[in-house]
Amino acid sequence: MDKQYFHHALKISEPNCIGCTHCIKVCPTEAIRVKNGKAHLFENRCVDCGECFRVCPVNAIYVDHDDFNQIFNYKYRIALVPGVLIGQFPENISTQQIYSVLVEIGFTHVFEIEHTVDILLEARNDFKIKNPDAKPLISTFCPAVVRLIQVKFPALVDNLILLKSPLDIAALYYKKLLTEQGIDENEIGLFYITPCAAKIAAVKSPVGEDKSEITGVINLDFIYNKIYKSIKQTGKDYCAVAQKDELDSKGILWSLTNGEKDNSLGRALAIDEIHNVIDFLEKIESEEISDIDFLELRACDESCAGGVLTSGNRFLTVERMKKRAKSAEDNQNAESCISKELAKYKNYLIDNMNVSKIMPRSMLKLDENMSEAIKKMGKMREIMDYLPKTDCGMCGASTCQTLAEDIVMKRADITDCVFIQRIMEQKGSMSLNEAVAKMKRIWGDKFNTK
Amino acid sequence: MHFEYNIISGDFSNAGSASSQIKKVLKQLNVDSVTIKRIVVALYEAEVNVVAHSFGGTIFAEITEEEIILILKDTGPGIPDISRAMQEGYSTASPQVREMGFGAGMGLPNIKKNADKLEIKSEVGVGTEVKIMVKLS
Repeated sequence: MDKQYFHHALKISEPNCIGCTHCIKVCPTEAIRVKNGKAHLFENRCVDCGECFRVCPVNAIYVDHDDFNQIFNYKYRIALVPGVLIGQFPENISTQQIYSVLVEIGFTHVFEIEHTVDILLEARNDFKIKNPDAKPLISTFCPAVVRLIQVKFPALVDNLILLKSPLDIAALYYKKLLTEQGIDENEIGLFYITPCAAKIAAVKSPVGEDKSEITGVINLDFIYNKIYKSIKQTGKDYCAVAQKDELDSKGILWSLTNGEKDNSLGRALAIDEIHNVIDFLEKIESEEISDIDFLELRACDESCAGGVLTSGNRFLTVERMKKRAKSAEDNQNAESCISKELAKYKNYLIDNMNVSKIMPRSMLKLDENMSEAIKKMGKMREIMDYLPKTDCGMCGASTCQTLAEDIVMKRADITDCVFIQRIMEQKGSMSLNEAVAKMKRIWGDKFNTK
Repeated sequence: MHFEYNIISGDFSNAGSASSQIKKVLKQLNVDSVTIKRIVVALYEAEVNVVAHSFGGTIFAEITEEEIILILKDTGPGIPDISRAMQEGYSTASPQVREMGFGAGMGLPNIKKNADKLEIKSEVGVGTEVKIMVKLS
């Protein structure tokens, strides 16, 4: 069933919001409006891409994560770590050191989620054979892209690969591993360290699944600070637990651009950054581009290395991760312990990897009823004749087109437009006080006379 | 509801702009996604035909609750043998056009496949009028 509301990790702090137009201008789904001097989010439209978070000049947009201390409610506290975490640090800090500090700050186990990509690849090949008509198959790795397709490209939901992400497979694996050791399920806490907001939303209200296996999500920048502080304070060589660096190069590179593409069969393309993704999906939807077997689509520039919660410069992160991958390739000996262990659970994981059909939830329709929608569209076009097409944002919407839509959807009024106000004042049909009162409703206290 | 778009001869980089605008309109009108896809694929093919073969033309789109009618009217060489042009793989496109990934000779058959009704009127040396109809309900 299509739920009416979705969990959003991106939140707007009203006290901090100064009411400007930065966020409304960059939102790729026109999900933000300014009212009473504050930004407001249309929850059904937001895909948690984080573009607003990046541009907010006063950090009023934040990513709501779980309290770190809740990990201590569990006897077994597993940190599910994305490969990009390691890439945040300078090269003189080793993977082992980072692992050690994660244990030192309270986790009992550390697991890099990309260990599971081999199993996912196997399941993908199987999925491809079973779904020969879906072309191109689109990866569900990036949750912002999945949500974007649901709201903006409903015709393409059938192209999504209905398999769990490496994170969910990792959670499934670790839970199974520990419960088979006789550990009570209730004593296991699985915590994901996230590089972006979309992954939080994906855990809190998963698409294609009823409930996620993940217990909680902690922001990567928060953990980064904790780790860095500890390393600075205890000295660089400190290493509490000896743990082998076992992730292979495929796993290390998976979350970077081309990570999936380079491991897929047939003609595959990798596209990163949300506007690039939108442009490309437009062409795929119209079949302007065909004959592609697989699409890796990531909302962030440089993929997860550019996640909104990462601390490092994304290009340096990519550089470090590529070096790590190279060294993993050079030192590749026998099969690692982790991959041997994982292999034991392969059948179990593959049997539990499917997710249910992902439903479209188009945000674009003006009305369920087509004749009503046609009437509204006609009205919108009429309104557009009056609006200045300057896209100034003074009405609180990003563009004149968006305002026209809001007017026919009865969320706004044509007199919200400053150009219309001036014309009405000139014609004597609106007083200056009325116009100021209008602006006050949109921009709040900024219109108080000092 | 009526829409009009100009098509410029040889402007392949903008071929597809009318179909993507029509697509947005149809999404707003809550037309089902399978139907939208058929319309957009047919229109895109037709648009590319005008760009590739004519001296330029206009798209007239008329949308009602029941159907969408797309008329692509161009001035240009016209189609001497319409029934031959309807065969898959038949193409008069120049090598340059083919190099750009167009001109595989699937245009008109693909339009026909996606449309509920396709009518082509053409006069050699004058131009072509392609009329595509797709039912909306």
